[in-house]
Amino acid sequence: MDKKSVLIIGGGISGITAAVEAAEAGCKVYLIEKRPYLGGQVARMNEYFPKLCPPYCGLEINFKRIRNSSRIEVITSAEVENLSGTAGDFTIELRLEPEYVNSSCTVCGDCSAVCPVEAKDSFNFGMSMHKAIDLPHELSYPNRFYLDDLVCQKESCKKCEEACNYDAINLEAAPGKRKIKVGSVLFCTGWEPYDPTNLKEYSWGESPDILNNVMMERVGAPNGPTSGKILKPSDGEPARKIAFVQCAGSRDENHLPYCSAVCCSASLKQAIYFTEQDPENRADIFYIDLRVSGRNEDFLKRVEENQQIRLIKGKASEVSLLEGSPVIEAEDILSGRKIREQYDMVVLATGVVPCIPGLKGIELDPDGFIAKDALENGLSAGGCCFEPKDVASSVRESTGLVINALQ
Amino acid sequence: MKESKNTGVYICSGCNIGDAIDTDKLQSIAIEYPSVKQCQVHPVLCSPEAYLKLNDEINEQQLDSLIIAGCSPRHAPDSLKFSEVHSESVNLREGVAWVMEAGHEDTQAAAEDYLRMGIARTAASGLPEPYIPDAPESDILVLGGGITGIHSALEGARAGYSVVLVEKEDKLGGRLNNMHDIIPASGSKQTNLKFFLEEKLEELDASTLITVHKNTSLESIEGEPGKFLAKLKNGKGASECKVGSVILANGWKPYDPAKLTNLGYTDHKNIITQVELETMQKEDRILRPSDGNVPSTIVFIQCAGSRDKDHLPYCSNVCCLTSLKQVSYIRQKYPESRIFIIYKDIRTPGKNEHIYREVQKDNHVFFTKGRVDRIEKLENDSLRMIVEDNLLGETISIRADLVVAATGMEPNQSDDLHLLYRKGEGLPDRKYGFPDSHFICFPYETQRTGIYAAGAVRTPQGIQACMEDAGGAVVKAIQCIESTKRGEAVHPRSGDKSYPDLYMQRCTDCKRCTEECPFGSYDETEKGTPLPNPARCRRCGICMGSCPERIINFDNYSIHAISSMIKSIPIPDEFEEKPRVLAFVCENDAYPAFDLAALHRHRISPWLRIIPVRCIGSINKIWLSDALSAGYDGILQIGCKPGEDYQCHFITGSELMKTRSENIQETLQTMMLEPERIETVFLEIDEYHRIPEIIDDYMETIEDIGPNPFKDM
Repeated sequence: MDKKSVLIIGGGISGITAAVEAAEAGCKVYLIEKRPYLGGQVARMNEYFPKLCPPYCGLEINFKRIRNSSRIEVITSAEVENLSGTAGDFTIELRLEPEYVNSSCTVCGDCSAVCPVEAKDSFNFGMSMHKAIDLPHELSYPNRFYLDDLVCQKESCKKCEEACNYDAINLEAAPGKRKIKVGSVLFCTGWEPYDPTNLKEYSWGESPDILNNVMMERVGAPNGPTSGKILKPSDGEPARKIAFVQCAGSRDENHLPYCSAVCCSASLKQAIYFTEQDPENRADIFYIDLRVSGRNEDFLKRVEENQQIRLIKGKASEVSLLEGSPVIEAEDILSGRKIREQYDMVVLATGVVPCIPGLKGIELDPDGFIAKDALENGLSAGGCCFEPKDVASSVRESTGLVINALQ
Repeated sequence: MKESKNTGVYICSGCNIGDAIDTDKLQSIAIEYPSVKQCQVHPVLCSPEAYLKLNDEINEQQLDSLIIAGCSPRHAPDSLKFSEVHSESVNLREGVAWVMEAGHEDTQAAAEDYLRMGIARTAASGLPEPYIPDAPESDILVLGGGITGIHSALEGARAGYSVVLVEKEDKLGGRLNNMHDIIPASGSKQTNLKFFLEEKLEELDASTLITVHKNTSLESIEGEPGKFLAKLKNGKGASECKVGSVILANGWKPYDPAKLTNLGYTDHKNIITQVELETMQKEDRILRPSDGNVPSTIVFIQCAGSRDKDHLPYCSNVCCLTSLKQVSYIRQKYPESRIFIIYKDIRTPGKNEHIYREVQKDNHVFFTKGRVDRIEKLENDSLRMIVEDNLLGETISIRADLVVAATGMEPNQSDDLHLLYRKGEGLPDRKYGFPDSHFICFPYETQRTGIYAAGAVRTPQGIQACMEDAGGAVVKAIQCIESTKRGEAVHPRSGDKSYPDLYMQRCTDCKRCTEECPFGSYDETEKGTPLPNPARCRRCGICMGSCPERIINFDNYSIHAISSMIKSIPIPDEFEEKPRVLAFVCENDAYPAFDLAALHRHRISPWLRIIPVRCIGSINKIWLSDALSAGYDGILQIGCKPGEDYQCHFITGSELMKTRSENIQETLQTMMLEPERIETVFLEIDEYHRIPEIIDDYMETIEDIGPNPFKDM
């Protein structure tokens, strides 16, 4: 085992960054991801704030660095089952999903063309359909098709296996196991949006026009379910008026007692790209405090100067439905006025909930994040493992954490 | 450079390439070239069998170069990477078969042209021989002995690297020396500053790898990564040190409160800054400067300077938390005190929300969303604050015994580096004085290779983040040292061994390379001749694009190689009515966008011929005139978005293309050609759906202006 070897759990932007930075500094790197592709939440995002630039741009350059590096091994569709040992000598046991599509895949698409099964595309949060065997998304790394175990008819169909000219498909593939020994381990296991079903007052699930903020990113994305045109999921008509409900779960002792740090900037960004689609579009943002960090301040300024966007200080007390359309009730604290308005769509700025694996050596703090001081020597954690973070902070921090693997 | 004389051409017919293109015809074209020793068509070139065969043939036929004609180089699997021979890709799959009509003569012509271009380029290129400075250094220089500098030194030493730490004051610790306690970091309970700092200084003292220079100024830095020479000066005299890379950690200064005229900081004794309050706290007592009495009502003014277009346009990130920390101290120390906090937004992101919530519970603390209109002096040097309260919608007046202005953080000057670089002493600041060049995706990168900014000089941030920054900057510094030793580039072309070679005999000292290099790679000799520093180079080729004498070239990317590609293909005459448009496509975002378009099988005009470039800033004017002389009807230059929110990986490459277009229009005029013959398009990577339309629109433009009159000349 190479002393300067590190296993990184989680292939989102934090994990990817740590992997390339560690490899280029001389480490042997294993990058483990449970999904079939790298990129995590970022791969699904339409734009980054405050530059409004596509996340694919940063992913492409990082994937290029992974492709060019002989020191990184990427293991997707894999989860850590067990972690043992001490600093300098950890053993990690992985459970590998069956490799129905192997590295011989050329992404030619012949399999998908003959696949008879259509299913809701989870990449787009079920807002569009895809085939049981399909490319997870255009830039997916590794660049190969993925077979959805839950919907594929397997033995009774076999059409894809027959159509593949490159021996890339094996429907009888079995789950596997693998043991890896490394000097240190870095957790970059990421986050998921707070479950809006807990927010009873916001009518979650009662109308497809009430979305959360990660779904909104797909709706706005050029490779999303509506090719980037922001349409009401209920009837496919263009949305003209959207409300953003900030702190949907966050800063609320009944839900998430902490601030999720990214939702303000995310909603500002979404309001900008929504209003840029049509001069008639209107966006209202209901907030408690507008929290944008550092140099993103001019991004807030840009929104304040945008005549199509209203910033309303006041937490939305209720989202209800009137003749199928969402209605928001809130108090505008600055004017003392009660607001009751109807919208085409409502976006709930749901907060960040950490995804922490239950492994040895990890203790949680009262908020459910990894307790930093309690981490054993040789283990470290980045991204949203300690607290909610935006991409810029995650990248900054995970690069810094690589130093642990070099010592 | 190892030249390419024995080339093997391997054509893949898989993934519908064989259905769309006559690959046997391609084979017969390839073997006509004298440089091509071998050409074969394989049904699946990425298969393990094909790899073994290729490997054998490289050895048996003593091939020095390979052309892989198959899928996009972005897709080519590891099995098609051969590091010991020069290799070029011909993109028949995403470039032709997937985007053009199968079996059509125009599709076949495109495939044949791309093959010819690939062969021409290969014949003019070779495997690069890297540039490695003589005996490269491995030490790291850290400028600034505050928390970021201290932590950088410790992290570097823990990783086994020697560190030279330079501090201008007589003790280490920087601003921490005047601070009372630390904001409890998320998840960390350590707030005792004295203990915190002492622990670090002890480790610093004990380390044999760290040399500390206190009371010392950095006089200059010259050289390049692996070979920096730093000159130091202190009371005892001058000294020198040789280092491989540099970390700038010279910190911040509080915004000058005298500039905040509405507060009258200089007029009132009892207005102090957050930093001054912290110093008082360190003495464990808060007393009014005017009379030394304990103040009973204290008003905090948040965003004193920050978030203000006339002062600091950004949010300083730490002032809200610092005030809450100070309020907690005061309330504990002086239970009778009353405190007002006048704020725009209380910003306590993440778990810091808990700190805010605790303070909110205290009924002696009043939060007022509003703005201070003016401050009046009362008897006794107390103050009357006139505040526009946004929540009540009225003007209120607060009588204060002491006012604390939460002045923001301003970065110190990166000129403190005193770089002896032709392009200036410091790091170019991209915005508001901060020197980082890609703050979302690659926050430690700057425009000076091997020099990384960390801590509050990089962006306004607190102690915890500064320490994380220190780790990040050390990682980057180590990467740079190790890459330089191998003769490889650092970000964004990590691992690239090619570098610009200058044929100095023909240099006219025009200095365009020196001026236009975004990374300040070029210095000048005393006579004013450009002096390249290859280890500073990021290999973008912008200097190659800038050079009117065409003397700057890379082993595997040269003026001659691209010109050969341009001239290598037959251009149909005007009566055939098959125009030819050449597209220079940036390989960072635009080229992948073409690949993504192909993945969707978007149709692209078969009259287009693409040449990937490292950056559109690397396009040399000669290529444009070569193409027009050869009879191409139009030229597209497709690259990343320029401007304030630039996406150019080399920062200024696409911006330069905008300014160079004047020159280009001049070229067109001298050739008596229409301005539309050359167009620049800025394309984002996710805009691949737009590509067919962009190309078709341009083809229409070309149709409107008619064929290039240079055809057949």
